[in-house]
Amino acid sequence: MSVVLDPKVPDGPLAEKWDNYKFEAKLVNPANKRKFKIIVVGTGLAGASAAATLAELGYTVDAFTFHDSPRRAHSIAAQGGINASKNYHGDGDSVHRLFYDTIKGGDFRSREANVHRLAQVSSNIIDQMVAQGVPFAREYGGLLDNRSFGGAQVSRTFYARGQTGQQLLLGAYQQLARQIGLGGVRLFNRSELVDVVTVDGRSAGIVVRDLITGEITSHAAHAVVLATGGYGNAFFLSTNAMNCNVTAAWRAHRKGAYFANPCYTQIHPTCIPQSDDTQSKLTLMSESLRNDGRVWVPSKIDDERPAAQIPENERDYYLERLYPSFGNLAPRDISSRAAKRAVDSGRGVGPLKNGVNLDFQSAIDRLGFDTVWERYSNLFEMYERITGEDPTKTPMRIYPASHYTMGGLWVDYELMTTVPGLYCAGEANFSDHGANRLGASALMQGLSDGYFVLPYTIGNYLAPMLNKPTPGTDHPEFKAAELAAKARYHGYVSIGGTKSPDHFHRELGHIIWDYCGMERTAEGLEKALAELPALYEEFKTDLRVTGTDEGVNQTLEKAGRVDDFFQLGMLMCRDALEREESCGGHFRVEYQDAEGEALRDDENFSHVAAWEWTGDPMTSIRNKEELTFDNVHLAVRSYK
Amino acid sequence: MEAIQNITLKVWRQDGPADGGRFENYNVPEISDEASFLEMLDVLNERLINEGKEAIVFDHDCREGICGTCSLMINGQAHGPARMTATCQLHMRKFASNDTIVVEPWRASAFPILKDLMVDRSAFDRIIEVGGFITAPTGGAPDANLIPIPKPVADAAMDAAECIGCGACVAACPNGAANLFTSAKIAHLNMLPQGQAERFARTEAMVEKMDEHFGSCTNHGECEAACPKGISLDFIALMNQDYRKSKFKNRKSLSRT
Repeated sequence: MSVVLDPKVPDGPLAEKWDNYKFEAKLVNPANKRKFKIIVVGTGLAGASAAATLAELGYTVDAFTFHDSPRRAHSIAAQGGINASKNYHGDGDSVHRLFYDTIKGGDFRSREANVHRLAQVSSNIIDQMVAQGVPFAREYGGLLDNRSFGGAQVSRTFYARGQTGQQLLLGAYQQLARQIGLGGVRLFNRSELVDVVTVDGRSAGIVVRDLITGEITSHAAHAVVLATGGYGNAFFLSTNAMNCNVTAAWRAHRKGAYFANPCYTQIHPTCIPQSDDTQSKLTLMSESLRNDGRVWVPSKIDDERPAAQIPENERDYYLERLYPSFGNLAPRDISSRAAKRAVDSGRGVGPLKNGVNLDFQSAIDRLGFDTVWERYSNLFEMYERITGEDPTKTPMRIYPASHYTMGGLWVDYELMTTVPGLYCAGEANFSDHGANRLGASALMQGLSDGYFVLPYTIGNYLAPMLNKPTPGTDHPEFKAAELAAKARYHGYVSIGGTKSPDHFHRELGHIIWDYCGMERTAEGLEKALAELPALYEEFKTDLRVTGTDEGVNQTLEKAGRVDDFFQLGMLMCRDALEREESCGGHFRVEYQDAEGEALRDDENFSHVAAWEWTGDPMTSIRNKEELTFDNVHLAVRSYK
Repeated sequence: MEAIQNITLKVWRQDGPADGGRFENYNVPEISDEASFLEMLDVLNERLINEGKEAIVFDHDCREGICGTCSLMINGQAHGPARMTATCQLHMRKFASNDTIVVEPWRASAFPILKDLMVDRSAFDRIIEVGGFITAPTGGAPDANLIPIPKPVADAAMDAAECIGCGACVAACPNGAANLFTSAKIAHLNMLPQGQAERFARTEAMVEKMDEHFGSCTNHGECEAACPKGISLDFIALMNQDYRKSKFKNRKSLSRT
């Protein structure tokens, strides 16, 4: 029996909803806030900013990270920038334009009210981060500099060299560190969430595994925030950090939190192509490079001449040709598919013919070497370290790779999952990017959720719970979850099979990439859904984890994460199969127009698919949240 | 792509903090020169698992040289032979066939070994917690363009802020000092107008917390040479200057008796 979900969007005109909400929300008296314990899992942008702000307000906060330090979270790797509708350059930006660009960029598959709130608080984020000492790029007059990014025709992206994510995360981490020093936050590092506990349908706390000792312990709280990132590593090869995983979100899903739109994954167009089979990780080259780099492939098939020997008239600058008004700044999903088609047509470049050129020669000719070097030096150096080639002399080779996941735990307007008291923030939730995320919007969303949304919405939930008893860690539900977790991790060690967790992860990734990657077909997805359960069965009987479940065991950690990726992988394919349209990052070959562009079906699929756990990912129930658009016109998303 | 053959790895294995530890030798018969150093360890680990042995434990995450999780002394050099390159971005093309490569954890008394090549660097977090921030509670921040910051100032702050907190500076230092790390964190904030209010309190608190955990600086300069981000030794001079100023001149402004 499927249900229709209520996102609890406040009344009133779009631009007034958030103000209305904040006024209506129940408050907790400052003296009473310390009586409430809040658990925050994950210390990336969303988690660190939420934990710091909640502690500043006076709540008692426990923060958990599986890293050795909160400052390692993968937000740190974001390169290009963060969007905000400051309109500092007077080029026509506004809250409404950022809202519209994000809705359109998401191919009209996100919730209007959430996206508008995101655009509204975007300016506060920049103010806040500058006050904290984030050294954003400046112009000579001392004012903040901006650059443009894919999917927008205004310059609204703030940046700190090619390390914007690093600087923002350090800012949020410093605020968190301050609270740890003051005693407002207790930090549990090298601690991985292994289960979520609910009592009478409400969130009661979590169970974590200490990655140093292997000990499994329970932690109770009035509310739990999961800010645990995306699931891009389901593809095995991705630009995500090696340890990124879906376990926290998936364990919450198994305890009643619906999982929304798992098939919406973003394949980023500018990554360094795979060089050989031993590769375990792909490296992103910031999308900001497309500001000055021109994408091209040879016009002829199997043209093996070096780039410099291919004359202008034998080059196909395909993005400029196909999308003249956005050119090399066409959105990610569109650029990725165009690159795939160029390579599939036999015009790929590089030793394995698996890339396209990103060429800086015209920018160097136009702006001079020094200007181009100043803008991108750290990216150029990184590229050279990895490939041994100098991108100012020969074009970079790039190819799309799994990068970001728009899908995630379903949350309402308050960022609460379908489990009361369990919240989800940042990439781990599904809320703001629809079927495709625009560049420089992930950092914005993580900080928006953590700094400016959760601190308001959590109070509204907690206020009525004042002085009421809540279940402690001696509750039978906690004990049962601890026992199950112990059995689970002991189980991996006891299988005694023949293949490593990495082996299964790689095989799983191949299937997901081949059938649920940049282009999907019903036939391919059905094939994946036949192969995945068989491979999963093999995982359960032939896995080999050496060592024990006590002390440090990275092989065992990996086994638990791969297990959850298997279950998620099946759900991704089922979601992709049932969404019989193309939208954003979800491209079904059967649904395209005469020019090969995505063909949406607004009549039948203008909704969020929110999956409900039944005990087996192959039988999960597909629930819906209908999307209504009162403020934008559902248009064909054109970047021509 | 070319294959590198017959690499001998001498890897430090240590079962836990209390264990004495020892070197173990492993042969890598063939690896692509396109592979990264850590990918070579991945391949070796998969083989060890297939042989029923425990994989070598090492810290790593982003593999893009930005998260600072990876470490390793490679042939006695922090992050290996390539300049301004973290271990995760070190590629096998820097090595030749028949090489012997010695792989050890960071060695510093402030970074106890947890297992094999994994160490505990949380002393860095303790330094930040006492002052490595600007007190700016969420909400109420003024418009970001209210205080113009000259580009050279913002750039200099950014040069310091690039520190990834990997600990190579400590590992490379014969004294196990953390002056490069601490001074980079202090300089990032002390150079900005927003950081002035807490400048001297910050410097004193962080320097003194650093001294609780780490050795003393004797200006060897190994830290700068080992730093994957090229953090300059100059920041140590700036830190010492602010610390002295604070001790001599700012006692009253810090309302200390």
